[in-house]
Amino acid sequence: MSDSHASSALAHQFEDLEQQHEAASLGMWIFLATEVMFFGGLFAGYTLYRNLFPAGFAAGSHMLNVTVGAINTGVLICSSLTMALAVRAAQTGKRSALLAFLMLTIALGLAFVIIKLTLEWRHDYLEGLAPGLNFTFAGPNAKSLELFFIFYFLMTGVHALHMVVGIGVLGVLLLQAGKGRFGPERYNAVETAGLYWHFIDIIWIFLFPLLYLIGGRY
Amino acid sequence: MSGHVVAKKLYFLIFGTLLALTALTTGVAFVDLGQWNTIVALIIACCKGTLVVLFFMHLRWSPRLMRVVLLSALLWLAILISLTTTDFFSRDWIPIPQGWEESSLLRPPGLPEHFLHRR
Repeated sequence: MSDSHASSALAHQFEDLEQQHEAASLGMWIFLATEVMFFGGLFAGYTLYRNLFPAGFAAGSHMLNVTVGAINTGVLICSSLTMALAVRAAQTGKRSALLAFLMLTIALGLAFVIIKLTLEWRHDYLEGLAPGLNFTFAGPNAKSLELFFIFYFLMTGVHALHMVVGIGVLGVLLLQAGKGRFGPERYNAVETAGLYWHFIDIIWIFLFPLLYLIGGRY
Repeated sequence: MSGHVVAKKLYFLIFGTLLALTALTTGVAFVDLGQWNTIVALIIACCKGTLVVLFFMHLRWSPRLMRVVLLSALLWLAILISLTTTDFFSRDWIPIPQGWEESSLLRPPGLPEHFLHRR
């Protein structure tokens, strides 16, 4: 490595740590912009079909469990807090706090996916509300209700897939943190993983009302 | 050291606000506001998203370049949704004479009548 730099955390193509930090964050922000487009297609399709078939979408939304959805929103917000605190622990060089917060974030992320899988998807499948696998609903608006559930499974499925990827990334960070790789000068990996994690949280913040709270619960 | 270290207190404040807004949006869904239910839910979701972006994702302390990236993503999202919907919902505003028998089209049961005019 270049010997003109005082810090070994600094890659030789960067002027200083500040610039290196900004480059890492900017890269993640640009990736997240492409993710906005990726989820944007689903949200646009949802908007269109919900306006075409409002009754079926409202009826489908009524069949989802609001309590479980709200609890899962809380779990995800908690995981965002622990992630933010993990980044802070890395910035301030507190290794044991970093390890603890990373483990907490992973645990909360796993809790979200497990709740989704066991209390919701499995239940929907057994109730005959899983298009393509087991769809037996035959009441009014059955076709458009099926369309709602296609959007539901696709959007929550892709979201959960992002969660699983995020959990994997955090697992790698946890291993690296255990080896003492991170510190006040070297925490960009934790920061960018945090950006990704918070982004998944934001996607759910929009999915929750659009899937669970439409059509009137009153 | 690079990057801004945020006070722990602020993180907990944002966390509490996010939980409160989650409770609020869930509660409002049980009140009949007609068309406004969706609008209120989306406004609350936007507020929550803004809080996460500004504080948890540190955009408040980030260089302007990152705000430009986020704003351009949102701009493109707005184009995607607004152009798709305006096209779709304005298609039958101007009637187009059709040279063939409309009844010959096979219409799947349950599909709304106006669906046929979209071409």
